[in-house]
Amino acid sequence: MSGIAVTLKKHRGLSIGLLAWLVGIVFFLPIAWMALTSFHSEADAATNPPSFAASLTLDGYRQFFGAGGGASPWPALINSAVASVFSTVCVLLLALPAAYALSIRRVKKWTDVLFFFLSTKMLPVVAGLLPIYLFAKNTGMLDNIWYLVILYTSMNLPIAVWMMQSFLAEVPVAVIEAAQIDGARLPTILARVVAPIALPGIAATGLICFIFSWNELLFARVLTGVVAETAPVFLTGFITSQGLFLAKVCAASLVVSLPVLAAGFAAQDKLVQGLSLGAVK
Amino acid sequence: MTATTAPYAATPLRATRQPSARLRAWATRAPLLPALVFMIIVTQLPFVATLVISFFHWNSLYPKARHFAGFDNYREVLTDPDLRHSVWTTVLLTVTVVLVSLVLGLALALLLDHRFAGRGVVRTLLIAPFLVVPVAAALLWKHVLFNPEYGLLNGLLHYVGGPQPDWISNTPLMAVEAALVWQWTPFMMLILLAGLQSRDPEQMEAARVDGASEWQVFRYLTLPHLRRYLELGALLGSIYIVQNFDAVFTITSGGLGTANLPYTVYQTFYQAHENGLASAAGVLVVIGSIIIATFALRVVSSLFREEVSRA
Repeated sequence: MSGIAVTLKKHRGLSIGLLAWLVGIVFFLPIAWMALTSFHSEADAATNPPSFAASLTLDGYRQFFGAGGGASPWPALINSAVASVFSTVCVLLLALPAAYALSIRRVKKWTDVLFFFLSTKMLPVVAGLLPIYLFAKNTGMLDNIWYLVILYTSMNLPIAVWMMQSFLAEVPVAVIEAAQIDGARLPTILARVVAPIALPGIAATGLICFIFSWNELLFARVLTGVVAETAPVFLTGFITSQGLFLAKVCAASLVVSLPVLAAGFAAQDKLVQGLSLGAVK
Repeated sequence: MTATTAPYAATPLRATRQPSARLRAWATRAPLLPALVFMIIVTQLPFVATLVISFFHWNSLYPKARHFAGFDNYREVLTDPDLRHSVWTTVLLTVTVVLVSLVLGLALALLLDHRFAGRGVVRTLLIAPFLVVPVAAALLWKHVLFNPEYGLLNGLLHYVGGPQPDWISNTPLMAVEAALVWQWTPFMMLILLAGLQSRDPEQMEAARVDGASEWQVFRYLTLPHLRRYLELGALLGSIYIVQNFDAVFTITSGGLGTANLPYTVYQTFYQAHENGLASAAGVLVVIGSIIIATFALRVVSSLFREEVSRA
């Protein structure tokens, strides 16, 4: 056995740690590079070989926020915030009672109903896109952010119902029965008994719905234009950008990703359970 | 439920004061109804409309020429070389991305299952690609990494004196796949890590005491235990990647033979205004998804039953 192999075997724990760090850095490198480039001047950003030591500047961010005469991203960012926050609230309001009926009151054939919810998630977006577009066009709802709120609600509702029923299943039935005996009605039970116990799960569900809405491109691209444009649609303006605005592209990508990165890191632990529809704990 | 209703049935006098069984059943279902009705209206009705439109010749630039077409649109979708190619692209893209990110995700999960200094930090570094907005991630790969003149990939190749290929022009589909693998590997890792951490530590310990090698433990204990999680990752990944639009749209705009079905459907109605044709292609995407979904539901339901029986 060669010396290196023996050393590796001896320090197995250490080499696993080093390998993991190496892979982690390789995976993170594109993001780190994007962040660094966003603080470079356009001239320093577009060089080969790459300039690691170039001086830092906020020009990329100034350009992105419209100082250089380009369109301001604020309306798009605000639209995205409106669409994501309002659709998330709608999802939670619809999903909480549904999940309650499914997990605590055990509706007959409840697994069938759950599978119906899940199956709608498997219906590709393109399957209904044209009628959704035609409906919007004929009712004057094109380029309307509230139409997007409705669609994002439907997009996230199945996931939310699934996630929440797994979180609500952990609420002790005895507590609910006690509240029922005291004469509490459904809204009271949901707001005063179920919600406080299942709060971490409900919060994680909300964060994941927020992420999906914020990220969505296809609906927004087809259904919005000037007024209701969302942040991802705004980003598509950079698709053909050739060379000149690399720092601006990086700044834009980072700014738009920031809310999702924050929400994702906050929900890290529940993220898996949510994304795997509650099947993995 | 039956335990509580039985006494009422046995004492008819009290039963008259209780709401009827039917009313009680509706009261149980009622909280479910708003979500159910909403989902049917917003997702099922448009699909039915798509199905109807798919049987019409209908170009939105010539709305008066709309007429019933029977299966013409389907015939055209299935025989048109471009559309057939997009079916093949969709399959290739989905299978490659899912398999590669699953294998990489498994390797990463196995690494992160060990204790080492800074494990939490490494985990956070690895999750980050999944948390970049998809369009932003695609822009990052297109402009910042793949650009032949100033992209990071060729910049690093420059240091070792390597070639300076134009990645997107030379290997367009692989360029899209690389970006998607980078985004989806963390997702697979998260699911498989959860799987690894749900193994029975006593069983693992017992196997080691009995003299099983690391490989034997992995092959005969870990891998069978992970099977469901691997299936779940593969199927959920497939559901999302079959529908991928952002990466194809951003990196190649469907050019160079990278148009997948969602992009083709988008282009057919949004740019070519062929409503009937786009709908037929959309229906075919649904049929493909149903095939995947059938397997997906089976896997999820088996995981689910396991969980219920544990509870």
